[in-house]
Amino acid sequence: MSAPNPKFDFDIAVVGSGPAGLAAAALAASKGASVVLLDEQAEPGGQIYRAVTETPVRDRKVLGPDYWHGAELLGPLRDSGAAHWPGAVVWSVARPREDAADGHRPIQIGLSRNGSAAMLTVRHVILATGALERPFPIPGWTLPGVLGAGAAQVLLKTSGLVPSGATVMAGSGPLLWLLAWQYLQAGARIDAILDTTPKENWRAALPLLPGFLRSPYLGKGMKLMLEVRRKLTVIGNVTALRAEGAIGGDSALKSVVYTRNGAEHRLPADTLLLHHGVIPNLNLANATGCAQRWDEQQRCWRPTTDEWGATSVEGVSLAGDGAGIGGARAAEEAGRLAALDALHRLGRIGREQRDKAAVPFRAALDRALTGRAFLDTLYTPAEAFRAPADDTIVCRCEEITAGAVREAVRLGCSGPNQAKSFLRCGMGPCQGRLCGPTVTEVIAAERGVSPAEVGYYRLRPPVKPITLAELAALPKTDADIDAVFKH
Amino acid sequence: MFRRLPEIETATQAVSFTIDGRPASARAGDSVAAALLANGVTACRTTPVSGAARGPYCMMGVCFDCLVTIDGTGNRQGCQVRVAPGMAVETQNGKREVER
Ligand SMILES: Cc1cc2nc3c(=O)[nH]c(=O)nc-3n(C[C@H](O)[C@@H](O)[C@H](O)COP(=O)(O)OP(=O)(O)OC[C@H]3O[C@@H](n4cnc5c(N)ncnc54)[C@H](O)[C@@H]3O)c2cc1C
Ligand code: FES
Repeated sequence: MSAPNPKFDFDIAVVGSGPAGLAAAALAASKGASVVLLDEQAEPGGQIYRAVTETPVRDRKVLGPDYWHGAELLGPLRDSGAAHWPGAVVWSVARPREDAADGHRPIQIGLSRNGSAAMLTVRHVILATGALERPFPIPGWTLPGVLGAGAAQVLLKTSGLVPSGATVMAGSGPLLWLLAWQYLQAGARIDAILDTTPKENWRAALPLLPGFLRSPYLGKGMKLMLEVRRKLTVIGNVTALRAEGAIGGDSALKSVVYTRNGAEHRLPADTLLLHHGVIPNLNLANATGCAQRWDEQQRCWRPTTDEWGATSVEGVSLAGDGAGIGGARAAEEAGRLAALDALHRLGRIGREQRDKAAVPFRAALDRALTGRAFLDTLYTPAEAFRAPADDTIVCRCEEITAGAVREAVRLGCSGPNQAKSFLRCGMGPCQGRLCGPTVTEVIAAERGVSPAEVGYYRLRPPVKPITLAELAALPKTDADIDAVFKH
Repeated sequence: MFRRLPEIETATQAVSFTIDGRPASARAGDSVAAALLANGVTACRTTPVSGAARGPYCMMGVCFDCLVTIDGTGNRQGCQVRVAPGMAVETQNGKREVER
């Protein structure tokens, strides 16, 4: 880029305006750094506080007090003076390989906003890109009418929409119970909840129970779950699931078939909401070159970070569920810690000042994480749902089945990157977000090794498709293009 | 199938648009994907690979199953675009879209 344009130059960019990003941006800007907060959504809030500024669901008891806490994060952001750019899709974060003529090496951020692309230069970036629902591959999960429970919750928060007709929820994990509870408050119809939590998980989770008993969520979580169990039909020990359309048809969901105690049962369904946990949304960190590791307890890949969220790439840190699942309150505190460290790295505060300011945030973070290990262990999905049967589509974009992945392994495919060339698996527009975790698990199980050994897709920017029309707005010397795409 | 909660104000917030040329109504703030679901349209495209029907799955911009044509531009993520007055939303035939 030529001379820096002050409108496109900041000390710190924060990507993601969920709890982590909101807290990080507010704190960093309140200490005098120039900060821009970027998010592809039109409104701040991230996933948990989605549409908190404008939700049509005004009856506060429906979404619950944890949701409305999000509104409290907006005032500090406004007061902090941080620039807030909603509707900005970040498709590249890159640190050029070499210093510029002036000896500096600012980070370049490629984004699209209002239909045109722009580049920002910043000295530090905090990625707070949050989580996504763990892919839940079952036969028929691509049928219209099958959605993620989190997706259905987005419809409730942003539009006040609830399922009508026969509705089945299936899976496990806190978010499934929360949504069921929110539907109860809203008076929505749920025909059944099919609980896939494996019985055996209790054995592994029990030793971790003492930690969970000190968790601030225990009381709330139990109350919510008991109310759901009392008022709705909950069917436990479900070991297999299948979504089916009309006989011979594949245009819409008609029924859900489940296995319990070895017997198959069928429920008519217009809507099936699937959920078995959330995993870090790490595409941007991965494409930025941040090292990542396999987390056995959460059974997912997570970028490697230190206790401030700093990654293996200088000037790039992570905060919130994008760095490993800890929940919204933990995300908020992690955002503050990452902001303090960024201020320190930029020379705005000394090490001592950073460490002192961090004390209450770290204590709150520890509190928020109390009991996580119990939840992670209890809600680890069964292998049958992580590495599904041969006839199940794992890559929705290219329509590749688990069987095809296993066949490729037999032909010598050793990991997800090879699966791309064998099968085109992970080459579609979702860039592996909906198949990566499953492909890792299927290959690992087939080879009889740990997912850590199998690895994950190596991603390249842009992490979101950009159109030529959007790119037309960019300066286009070869060096500029190299900086964005080939760092 | 999805319905709007009864207490939600829609009258003053109504947005008129079209789905494959048919008039439809949504609420301001709805994404295009939400607006389709609210109008009983669960399938919004067919896939280029097998021609199977697909509808919105993640509602957060990661699955790309909500692709539709908006005002003549194909392959837009319906869950990431807000519905606007007069918008022409068309469901997509996957095979045709590839040839475009
Ligand atoms: C669909 C869904 C619903 C959830 N609902 C709840 C709930 O009701 N209660 C609860 O306790 N937990 C919920 N969670 C769990 C969630 O992970 C929370 O713990 C919390 O939202 C995490 O906060 P965060 O700040 O880390 O990220 P998030 O809140 O997820 O925020 C991340 C933000 O980053 C933005 N982003 C990501 N990539 C880019 C990019 N490339 N360019 C621009 N912007 C980008 C996203 O648009 C998003 O707004 C939900 C998770 C999901 C996936
Ligand atoms: S519904 Fe998944 S990208 Fe829109």
